Amino acid sequence: MIITEQKDINDIYEMIKDYNKILIAGCDGCCQPPRSINEAKVLGQLLELKAKTEGKDLKWRAITVLRQCDDRIAATTIRPFIEEYDAIVSLACGLGVVMLNKVAENIITYPAQNSMFGGVQNAGDNYFIQYCETCGSCLLGETGGICPIAGCAKHLKNGPCGGTVDGMCEVGGYTHPCAWIEIYKRLKKFNRLDLFTLYRPARDYRSSTSPAYIPINKDYTNIKEEKEEKK
Amino acid sequence: MAKRPAYSKLCKALADGHFVFTGELEPKKILADGMEEVVHSAKEMKKTNRIIAANVTDGPQGDAYICSLVPSFVVQRDAEIETVWQVAVRDRNRVALFGDVLGGALLGLKNVLVLTGDHTALGDNKQGRISYDLDSTQFCELLKKMIDEGTDYSGNEITDGKIEMNYGCVANPNAVGEYMEPEILKVGRKVEQGIDFIQTQTAFDIDVAKNFINELARYNVPILLGVFPMKSYGIAWYFDKYIPGVSVPKELLNALKKAEKDNKGNKPAKYAALDKVNVEFFVPFIEEIKKNSKASGIHCMAVEYERLFAPLLDKYPDYAKNYY
Repeated sequence: MIITEQKDINDIYEMIKDYNKILIAGCDGCCQPPRSINEAKVLGQLLELKAKTEGKDLKWRAITVLRQCDDRIAATTIRPFIEEYDAIVSLACGLGVVMLNKVAENIITYPAQNSMFGGVQNAGDNYFIQYCETCGSCLLGETGGICPIAGCAKHLKNGPCGGTVDGMCEVGGYTHPCAWIEIYKRLKKFNRLDLFTLYRPARDYRSSTSPAYIPINKDYTNIKEEKEEKK
Repeated sequence: MAKRPAYSKLCKALADGHFVFTGELEPKKILADGMEEVVHSAKEMKKTNRIIAANVTDGPQGDAYICSLVPSFVVQRDAEIETVWQVAVRDRNRVALFGDVLGGALLGLKNVLVLTGDHTALGDNKQGRISYDLDSTQFCELLKKMIDEGTDYSGNEITDGKIEMNYGCVANPNAVGEYMEPEILKVGRKVEQGIDFIQTQTAFDIDVAKNFINELARYNVPILLGVFPMKSYGIAWYFDKYIPGVSVPKELLNALKKAEKDNKGNKPAKYAALDKVNVEFFVPFIEEIKKNSKASGIHCMAVEYERLFAPLLDKYPDYAKNYY
């Protein structure tokens, strides 16, 4: 899931204060916590209140989109409304905001969220946690299914570092477990310390150079080799 | 692979079988005046004839300090004592690390101490973006390539050939119980990447230190055990509270506190009392390590505490003067 945090209401208002009629678009996709029709309505009410305190009359309408990052779904949902409105505020992650700006190109879509990370909420936990950083070179087969790129504050491939004390990480004041100690324990449990002792050379960052893209229906590694051959 | 030659005086002394001592300098947010003090400390180290080289720290605790390359060079030039240039991989990617090491080699630096570096989140510029493009083990691989093969990380050749340096890594003896094995295995990866020596974080418990050294001895790489004489109660308290994985024994903390309290307002007496506490703790400690462990030397982190060198080291041979 994409974990988002709502921006400060004053910051959102600052972006849209010059408009009179705004469309507020929730997203039913993978955003967590939920950013759907109810959240869109709440945001509309807050912005209306804020406008009133500034002596303005803000008109708004809340809708929701099945998945804002899907261009066809986004276009068919949004386009019937855009003639009537001056601007859109999207409750989706950054993907949704960019996509709405593409499919409704004659008006601007503003973000109501900060996109934080790809993460999960475990049952009983009152927090979201990042499990994958989409780094482009998955190591999970060597680390007992625990990711040191997302799980280690220093993204180390050959940890632990000296910042671990009794299995906890120096970052955050020893409140988070050290990913590499967790990896060690898990691999030891399965008698696979041979994987722990492996030396892992440096990451190849070419696959995550922005803007990252992967040609569909073609093997990415072949494309890279073709490119290098052409050079 | 054949054993790498000892390019540095530190590694030569280790190869010659001496029980070595190294010191530590911590240049902070300084320019010329601060540098003068650092050079003064280094000169005091040289006067001992026992300290073979001085570590120059690189942004400890993640703080933004002067880059360690320049002070390492200035100390070698002005104090005429070899430096162990600490390089943390926190702030530089593989391009900058390669460039810095080439620059260091050109300036005559002979020892690199490879460090991960405390996270920026612990330092005084917490909002900064970390690098960790290479981790410390991968930096060892980069140094191996530069020294043994004469290339950068990707294999592009250095025009003027190979560089002549030795490098070491650090290890934490305070990883005890179930946490010791991953710490030892981690060092093994760095041994695979060609380290010439291991320098440990400080340990205060003699049994913990000896046990850790005996475990590390399996790699047949010289080990320098870290010791940390503390010139004031405040430093001891800070170290105990804020340095990852290190706790100062309660008795030592109390003794330092008492030494300061009993001699309030009388500086010379206070200094003498503090020194006495340190000497009483560290002299037998070092002697025990030398006699009954496989350590090849002591890394003495007595930063700006030069007056303790004589009582701590005088009983040992003045081997270092033959290398200066």
